[in-house]
Amino acid sequence: MGIEEKLPSGFLLTTVEQAAGWVRKASVFPATFGLACCAIEMMTTGAGRYDMARFGMEVFRGSPRQADLMIVAGRVSQKMAPVLRQVYDQMPNPKWVISMGVCASSGGMFNNYAIVQGVDHIVPVDIYLPGCPPRPEMLLDAILKLHSKIQGEKLGVNREQAAREAEEAALKAVPTIEMKGLLR
Amino acid sequence: MTTDSPRDRDREKKGTGGDGRDSRAGRDKDPRTSFENPVAGFGVTFSAMFKKRLTEQYPEYKKPTAPRFHGRHQLNRHPDGLEKCIGCELCAWACPADAIYVEGADNTDEERYSPGERYGRVYQINYARCILCGLCIEACPTRALTMTNDYELADSTRASLIYTKDELLAGLTEEMVDSPHAIFPGADESHYYQGLITGAAPGTVRQVAVGKGEKRADAVTEDEVAAAGQPDTTAHPGGATR
Repeated sequence: MGIEEKLPSGFLLTTVEQAAGWVRKASVFPATFGLACCAIEMMTTGAGRYDMARFGMEVFRGSPRQADLMIVAGRVSQKMAPVLRQVYDQMPNPKWVISMGVCASSGGMFNNYAIVQGVDHIVPVDIYLPGCPPRPEMLLDAILKLHSKIQGEKLGVNREQAAREAEEAALKAVPTIEMKGLLR
Repeated sequence: MTTDSPRDRDREKKGTGGDGRDSRAGRDKDPRTSFENPVAGFGVTFSAMFKKRLTEQYPEYKKPTAPRFHGRHQLNRHPDGLEKCIGCELCAWACPADAIYVEGADNTDEERYSPGERYGRVYQINYARCILCGLCIEACPTRALTMTNDYELADSTRASLIYTKDELLAGLTEEMVDSPHAIFPGADESHYYQGLITGAAPGTVRQVAVGKGEKRADAVTEDEVAAAGQPDTTAHPGGATR
């Protein structure tokens, strides 16, 4: 149809958004936020056997200022919640969050006053990863699902438009704290 | 050497013993010269070249889990396609994380999901809470609930992590007919548990699941006819002409 068919072989066409998404997803540096047993599996994922460096996630950054992705691994106590939010705020945009394990996703089996019932009460979560703790393959699967999400992200005006739409949808939706049944 | 702290004094006392435990004495006995020391480190690197590669190539090659790995749940069926779940809620009671929600309902002859009296009308597992411990599987009296080896459960919303009955229910084999359908002719509940039923009876047809919002064929036709305002039309292929 377009210019693609007239090009000689060996040329690859892409959009700026696609290229930016490809570059971004290929170097997502995680910030460590290991809080409990899930952190052990997260360390295993970073070590030689599962080797997250294969996906461009070379090292876990100790400083949030150098990180793009926060992997919240473990139950978040009420006392840890402001710390978690501060680390998230210190990360530069664009940034993403994976809530690793059931405790980070929803409070898990700790349905009590000491544990935050899901980190999405504090920070926006991109990928929820169930499991107690999830095996390293499950974390890699979550990371790959996040990669495909990053690949499809918008830039510039479109990004602002998408953010505005997401905000409107979030304002219309029932707050997590008011949800009933299994969603709570 | 001047001794400043008691710790240094202790060390020197041990060193004067002359039994080789002193670290400085051990370093003197090192056979390697100062030139060889950095090169010797590469011995580890060199020997690693002949070792088998440890890294798993996960998304391309998925290493099978242990056969009894606790993965995603599955609601099983009897060999003829009727559901094994009887809606007793024992799994929900056993669950330490309160991740399972069950609502039972009564079977009728027009709409039969399981061989016995009751069936699980609503069955939900919240994977945002489930810790995959398997206590629900131990509690299940009919082996309706078992676990598969699927572990790729990550998703982007909380709501999509709540798996409903149609996602959890096992697939159909060739001998099965999808529920709801009539019980095997002449059989009762106990025959199913004795393993005497090995497949659906010939001519078994799926009943209309009114409980799931499906409409009976004749009811659909009447509605459509009323909407069209032409009672004598034959344009409805599924409708019975009266």
